[in-house]
Amino acid sequence: MHSTKLKRLIAVVSSFAMMAALSACGDNTPVDSSSASKGKNSGISGEFHGAGASSQQGAVEAWIATYQNHNRNAKIAYNPSGSGAGVSTFLTGATAWAGTDAPLNDQQIEQSKTICKSGSAFDVPVYVSPIAVMFNLKGISGQGKHLNMDAAVIARIFDGKITQWNDEAIKAENPKVNLPATPITVVHRSDKSGTTNNFTSYLKAAAPNDWGFQPQENWPNEVGQAAKGTDGVVSSIGQADGTIGYADLAKAGTFGTVSVKVGADYVAPASDAAAKTVNASPLHAVPKGSKRVVVNVEYATTVAGDYPIVSSSYAVACPAYKDAKTGAFVRDWLSYVLSDSGQKVAADNTGSAALGGALTQKALKSVNTIQAK
Amino acid sequence: MKESDKKVVESSVAQSSEPKPATVAPVTETSNPVTAVASEAAGPTPDFSKFKPSNALLKQREWKSRIMAGVIGLAFVVAMIPLISLLWTTIARGVKRLNLNFLTFNMSGVIGGMPTPSGGHGGIEHAIIGTLEVTLGAILISVPVGLMCAIYLTEYARGSKFAKAISLLVNVMSGIPSIVAGLFAFSLFAILMGPGVSNGFEGSVALSILMIPTVVNSSVEMLRIVPDDLREASYALGVTKSRTIVKVVLRTALPGIVSGVILAIARVIGETAPLLMTAGFIVTTNWNLFSGQMTTLPVFVYQEYSKMSVTCPPNAGPGCVASIPSERSWAAALVLIAIVLVLNLIGRLVQRLFSVETK
Amino acid sequence: MANTSESSSAGQAMPVAVGQISAGLSAPGGGGTDGRRNGLDFSDAKPGRHSQDKIFHAVAVGCGALILVALGAVVLFLLLRAWPIFAGPQAKTSAVFASLSGGKAHGFWQYVGPLVFGTVVIAALALAIAFFVAVGVALFITFYARKRIQTVLNYVVDLLAAIPSVIYGLWGALVLVPATYPFWNWVSAHLGWIPLFAGPAANPPRTVASAAVILAIMIMPIITSMTRDIFAATPRLNQEAALALGATKWEMIKLTALPFAKSGMVSASMLALGRALGETMAVMMVLSPGMTYSWHWLQASKSQTIAANIAAQYPEADSLGVSALIATGLVLFVITFVVNLLARRITRKGGAR
Repeated sequence: MHSTKLKRLIAVVSSFAMMAALSACGDNTPVDSSSASKGKNSGISGEFHGAGASSQQGAVEAWIATYQNHNRNAKIAYNPSGSGAGVSTFLTGATAWAGTDAPLNDQQIEQSKTICKSGSAFDVPVYVSPIAVMFNLKGISGQGKHLNMDAAVIARIFDGKITQWNDEAIKAENPKVNLPATPITVVHRSDKSGTTNNFTSYLKAAAPNDWGFQPQENWPNEVGQAAKGTDGVVSSIGQADGTIGYADLAKAGTFGTVSVKVGADYVAPASDAAAKTVNASPLHAVPKGSKRVVVNVEYATTVAGDYPIVSSSYAVACPAYKDAKTGAFVRDWLSYVLSDSGQKVAADNTGSAALGGALTQKALKSVNTIQAK
Repeated sequence: MKESDKKVVESSVAQSSEPKPATVAPVTETSNPVTAVASEAAGPTPDFSKFKPSNALLKQREWKSRIMAGVIGLAFVVAMIPLISLLWTTIARGVKRLNLNFLTFNMSGVIGGMPTPSGGHGGIEHAIIGTLEVTLGAILISVPVGLMCAIYLTEYARGSKFAKAISLLVNVMSGIPSIVAGLFAFSLFAILMGPGVSNGFEGSVALSILMIPTVVNSSVEMLRIVPDDLREASYALGVTKSRTIVKVVLRTALPGIVSGVILAIARVIGETAPLLMTAGFIVTTNWNLFSGQMTTLPVFVYQEYSKMSVTCPPNAGPGCVASIPSERSWAAALVLIAIVLVLNLIGRLVQRLFSVETK
Repeated sequence: MANTSESSSAGQAMPVAVGQISAGLSAPGGGGTDGRRNGLDFSDAKPGRHSQDKIFHAVAVGCGALILVALGAVVLFLLLRAWPIFAGPQAKTSAVFASLSGGKAHGFWQYVGPLVFGTVVIAALALAIAFFVAVGVALFITFYARKRIQTVLNYVVDLLAAIPSVIYGLWGALVLVPATYPFWNWVSAHLGWIPLFAGPAANPPRTVASAAVILAIMIMPIITSMTRDIFAATPRLNQEAALALGATKWEMIKLTALPFAKSGMVSASMLALGRALGETMAVMMVLSPGMTYSWHWLQASKSQTIAANIAAQYPEADSLGVSALIATGLVLFVITFVVNLLARRITRKGGAR
C-alpha cells in the first residue's frame, strides 16, 4: 500500500510537471539564440544575481528588460530583499552586485576585501528620486495641487506639534487656501528605510530647531501611523482624509504634494529639480575605501529651483571579481545603468530623476575600472 | 471529526451505559481518548431537580432557550460576514487577471505596467512551480519522518517515558510560529553552508518543521483507530511485527493517513513568512530546488501587494496598467485559494473512501 | 490479552483528544496506555526475520528521536545565530537596538519588552473576540443546523482554517481596515470614557483593535472545528435524558454539551492563542506598529508583535540586526512553548476529571 501512495504521489507530481512543461518556458523574453542577431550581442552571457534595496526594484526591472534586448545571453535576476539583506548577501559573494539606500559603512568596506579579488567594494549612485511630502485632504488635494510649507512647519507636523490642517502656521503660508479643521494624520515608514533617513536628514538640516531627532533609518517618534514600505505609506494615505506622509514622488498619484520652501521661494517636487540638487551636492569628502562616489546631499540648500528632499540609492560592486565573467558583466551592466538611455528608462518607468553631468561621469569612471579579464 | 470516528464514539457510548465485565475491554478502547472519558464519567450527571414543573417557569425557560438559539444563530451570521466578504473580494478582484497567459508565463521581461510580448502583464508560472517544488521537498522530508515517528509512538513505545516525551514535544513543535521555523532554516543554512545561501530547499526545511507535527498527530490518530484484532490476527499467523505494521496496520490506516497528509500540505502551502527569508524571490522560472532562489505563490502575493502600483511612462498609451501589481496579487491569491480548496476536497474524498472501507 | 484491564484503566486517564487533522493542532493521547498491547511477541519467536524487524524498529525509534533532535536543533541554531547580540560589545549592541527601534531602546529587554506586551495583548484580544463567536458557530453547526447543511458547513470551516494568512492580510489591509473606520469612530465617541477605547480613533484604523479582529477571524475556524468535534461527541444518552426530563434545547446544551466540552474548549482556545501569538503576515499588513506599553486599542502606532516585527525589520537588518531579531524570535518561541504546554496540561487535567 505504501507503494500505491508513492505511485499516486508520483502521478500527481508528474501531471503537474507535464502541465508546466506544456506551458513552455514561461519567459516573456525570447531567449533562443537565433534572435541574437537582431540585437547587438556584447558577448556577456551567463546568469547573474543582484539583491538589495526595494526602492530600486522598479528601475532595476526596467533595466534588466531593456538590457536583455541587447544581451540575450545574459540572465539577470534582482531580489528586492532590502538594503541590509542585499549588502549582506553581496558580502558573502553570492551576488554580482547589490543595491542599497545607505552607502557602505567602514566595517562593510573592510569585509568586502575578502570577496573581491583585489581592493575593496565601492558604491556609486544609480537611482535618484525626489521624495514628496504628500497629503490627502478633501477639497484641497488633487493631482498637481500643492500646499506651501517650510521645513519648520513640516517638522512640527511630523513631530505631532501641529495637529489640525487649519493651524495658523499652515494658513500663514497658504493665504489663498481655505483649510478645513480636519485633524492631521501623519503617516511614516514602519520599517527601516533609506527614505526615512533622507527625510529626517532633510528635517534635521533644514529645521534644526523644530526637529530634535538625529537622522536615522527608523522613524524616531510615535506620532500618527506607521506603514511598511513606500506603498504601505501611499495606501494608508489613500485610505483616510487628512493624512500626510512622505514617499517617492512617482507614487503621489492623485494626492496633493507639498511645495517646499527653498531660499525665498517654494519649490514643487519634480525629478529635474531633484537631479539638480544632487548634481550640485558635494561628494562625501573622505570615505574609507577608494573609487567610491558617495553624495553628501545638500538638504539645507537655498539655491532657487533645487528640490531638497531626495533619496539617492547606490549600486555596490567590486573593482575586480574572482570570476572574470562576473567582472565583465558588472562593468557592462553598470555602464548601461548609468548611461543616458539607462537613466531615461528608469525615469520613464519609475518617475526617478535622470542622473547626468559630472556626478555620473565620476561614477562611470569608477565603473570603468572594474577588471573585465 | 471523521464519520468513522463519530461512529466509534457513539457505539462505545452506548456500550458504556451497560455494566461491562472488566476483563473485556472494548476494541476501540484506546482508539479515541474521548471514548475513555465518556465511558468512565459518562459526562456530568444532569441536575434533574431543576425541572420542577410550573407554568410561568416553563414559559420563561422556553423563551430563554429561544433567545439563546437566536444568539447562537447571530454568532453564526456574524462569523460568516467577514468570511464571505473575504472569499467574494478575492474572487471578484482575482478573476480580472486570471487567464491562461497569467498561469503560463513568469515575470521576466515585465516592465512596470507595460504589456509583455506575449500579450499579458506577467504571470505566476514561476511561482506555481516554486510552490510545488518547495512543498514537495517539505513532503519528502516530513512524511517519512512523521509517519515513522507515529508508528513508533503507537506500535512500539506506548506509554514509555521516551514516547511520552516525544509526544509532548510533538505538541510543542506544532505550536512553533512559522516565522521561527523560517528563522531556524535561515540560521541552519547560514551556519552550515555559509551566509547568504538562499534556495528552495531551505524553504522546504522550514516548512517541514511546521509539517512534521501535523503529520505525526494525524497519523497517530489514524493508527490508533486500527483495531487490535487485526494486529493480533496477523501475529497469530506468525507474521513479524514490522511486516504486520507495514502490511496490516499501515494498509488499514492508509487512506486516513493520506488525507491527513493532504490537509497538512494545504496548511503549509500557504505559508509566507518563513519563505520570505529562506526561498527568496526571483522573477524567472527556477526548476532547481537546491540552487538559486525560488518564488512561491504566497510570497508572490505579498511582493505584488507591496508594490501596489507602478508608474506608467508619459507616452505609454492605454496598454499600460498602473494598478497591475495589486491586480496580480489578487489573481495569485485566488489561484492559491483554489489550490488549497482542491487539496482540501481531495483530503475529504480520501477520508470518505476510508469510512467506507472499515465497514 | 493478558493486561487488558491494565490498559483500559490507563486508557481512561488519557486526555480528551480534541485534536483534528484539519486544524493540524491536535493533541494526541500521548500513549497513555501502559505496557504492550499483546502479551505475546511473535516476532521474537522467528529468528529468521529478526534483523528486518530490528531495522524497522530502529528506524521508528530514530524518527521519534529525530523529533527531539529537530526541536533541539531549532533552539540550538537560533541560539547560535542570536549569540553575537548577547556576546558582542555593549556599545555595538546598544547601537543595533537603537537603530532597530528608532532610538527608543538600547538593550535587549528594553527592545523586546514592548514587543512581548504587544504580542500578548493582541493575541489575547483576538482570542477574546473569537472564542464566543467560534463556540456559537460550533453549537450552531452541531445542534441547530440540519444534517445536510452541517456537512457543507463542516467543509467550509475546514477550508477557512486552511486559507493562507497572506490572503487574510491582503483582505484585512485593503478591505477590512477602510471599511471599519465608522465603527471604531462610533466606539471611541460613545465608549471613549473607557481608557481602552480612548479616542480619537485612528483613521485609517490600522490599530491594535483591527489587528485583533483580523486575527480573531483567522483563529475562529480553528476553535470552531475543534469544539465542534467535541460537541458532536457529547454522550447522546445524556442529551436524550435531559430532553426526556423536559429540558429545553438550551438547557440540554448547558447541562450536557458545555460541561462535557469544557476542558476541550479551553485547550482549543489555548492552541488558537498559540497560533495568534505567532501569526506574522496578517499583522504585518494590517497593523501600524509602535513600541509602547499602551492600552489604547483604537489609536495607531502603539504596539507591535514579535513575529510581525521580525518579518518587517529582517530585510533591512545587517548581520547583528538579524541576530537581535532572532533573539526576539527565541522569546516568541518560549512564549508559544509555554502556551502549548499549558494547553496540554489543561487537556490532561480535564480528561482525568
